[in-house]
Amino acid sequence: MTVYPADLKYDKEHEWVRVEGDAAVVGISDFAQDQLGEVVYVDLPSVGDEVVAGETFGEIESVKSVSELYAPVSGTILEVNDDLGSTPETINSDPYAGGWMIKVSVADPSQLDALMSAEDYESFVANEA
Amino acid sequence: MSADVTKTPSSAPTRGPRELIFETGSPAARCFELPPLDVPEVGAEALAGQARTSAPALPHVTEVEIARHYHHLATMNFGVDSGPYPLGSCTMKYNPRVNEDACRLEGFAGLHPYQPLSTAQGALELMVSLADALAEVSGLPAVTLQPAAGAHGELTALLTFRAYHVANGDARKRVVIPDSAHGTNPATVSMCGYDVVTIPSNERGGVDMDALRAALDTDVAAFMLTNPNTLGLFDENIAEITEMVHAVGALAYCDGANMNAIMGKARPGDMGFDALHINLHKTFSTPHGGGGPGAGPVCVTGALAKFLPGPLPVRLGDGSFSLVWPERSIGRVRSSFGNFGVLVRAYAYVLALGGDGLRAASEQAVLSANYLKERLKGAYPLPYDRTCMHEFVLSGGKLRKEHGVHTLDVAKRLLDYGFHPPTIYFPQIVDEAIMIEPTETEGLADLDRFADAMIAIAAEAVSDPDLLHGAPYTTPVRRLDEARAVKQPDLRWRPAAGE
Repeated sequence: MTVYPADLKYDKEHEWVRVEGDAAVVGISDFAQDQLGEVVYVDLPSVGDEVVAGETFGEIESVKSVSELYAPVSGTILEVNDDLGSTPETINSDPYAGGWMIKVSVADPSQLDALMSAEDYESFVANEA
Repeated sequence: MSADVTKTPSSAPTRGPRELIFETGSPAARCFELPPLDVPEVGAEALAGQARTSAPALPHVTEVEIARHYHHLATMNFGVDSGPYPLGSCTMKYNPRVNEDACRLEGFAGLHPYQPLSTAQGALELMVSLADALAEVSGLPAVTLQPAAGAHGELTALLTFRAYHVANGDARKRVVIPDSAHGTNPATVSMCGYDVVTIPSNERGGVDMDALRAALDTDVAAFMLTNPNTLGLFDENIAEITEMVHAVGALAYCDGANMNAIMGKARPGDMGFDALHINLHKTFSTPHGGGGPGAGPVCVTGALAKFLPGPLPVRLGDGSFSLVWPERSIGRVRSSFGNFGVLVRAYAYVLALGGDGLRAASEQAVLSANYLKERLKGAYPLPYDRTCMHEFVLSGGKLRKEHGVHTLDVAKRLLDYGFHPPTIYFPQIVDEAIMIEPTETEGLADLDRFADAMIAIAAEAVSDPDLLHGAPYTTPVRRLDEARAVKQPDLRWRPAAGE
């Protein structure tokens, strides 16, 4: 059963965002990891890189396919989850905690308002699937 | 499903993986002896320090052991010679044996790429004749045979486009691609230094015309389209699409992966495309199950001919054959003349079938796909329910949601029924995609056997989902750990320490 924690925000490309002060932690949703299947590789940006909302910030490869990762908000990369380099399967087993990908300083907090609540995202997924 | 082990002697032959050839044999075993030395012997010092200091770690086996080794490997494989192989987008048609005969003719097989042209006239004539045939099939008059595969053909064509724009003093930045495209299309665009713009498909599976219109401007270098596309659907708006592309000064590229649907029926050149690659290893029946070698000739308009890779084989006025460099060639894209043996096979296929035969092959491929589509669309949802071309895409989404059975499980179970699985999880715009291309190779009895198997598996998914989760049961190896295979590939034997 897929789960969508209520304290996170979500975008239509299936990333989640956890707001931590002026920063946003980003990963992919339980639905996204389930659709992808076993993750074997993830390509993430470096600390200091700029990301733009709606544009790609990396790639994720599973046994099925390679997909783009889209930034939910614009900003500068503060931290990257380097552990995913050796254990990308954490994205499958623990998408909302150990599977986090990047931490971004949020340039424009209003972009967070455009994201979906867990409830809205759940119905978005139900319609898409 | 497993055999009763108590009755199986320990020496019973195994169908599964055996010891590697390096791990068998004995030091004294040989299956080849070098002839006596007939030149003066030299010492290691003559090799200026390049002489190896230890013997190579080669297997030591007898001739019968090596024969059994390769025979066993062959029986572990599943090819089109083993059974139906409906691998969508790959056109796994039968490879006629006469092609193999032709490419092994001494005059072809024994050629050297640098021997004098006067002694290789037949090979040049074959290349010119094959290029003429491909020009006729594609409706695009200028052809290079050099590219070694489809993606290489894409790259060659896009480099040609780039040279064309640069020659016009027109640096462009972007290439537009629909979301149903093969992954090689955006990869090619990146390799050429352009940015990719992806546009969605419409509800009929074709190009979304409004999205295309919005994406086109004078910074767009090209639009790449597979037609028929990866859903097996012919784009009804193709004439308007290429007109819109040309209106902003961009060029239209056709990914020819699906040419097997339209040979002798419709020509990409007539649709307004400026370039097309043709996978000889798909459409023209040359073997490719092992990953190559392939050949991806590129056909272009007269306006692009002067940018093609060189040298190009040509027929001279006196009937002899030579090589020329196009005036503003992008250079070689492959050593020598590409994969020449593949070209010989493809030409043998063209000659064997002729124009009418090629058309009949496409007609049969399309008919077979539509027959399977109609038989299967009750058992599996068909998201784009239209008359298809040579392939169609079912969805395993319903089985997944209602019974927890994934498309991967269906594919694995098909192996137990004696079929190579279709392409799965592509195109990505179909949930749990199952992409089926029977080609013209399979007769009605095999098409029905395949349809019966797919329908039986859909029923098994409902009655016994775990049966599918555990499949396959009858293959030399069972379900593989694909994630580990990607993350920790172990591809070659290494001598044990100290050996």
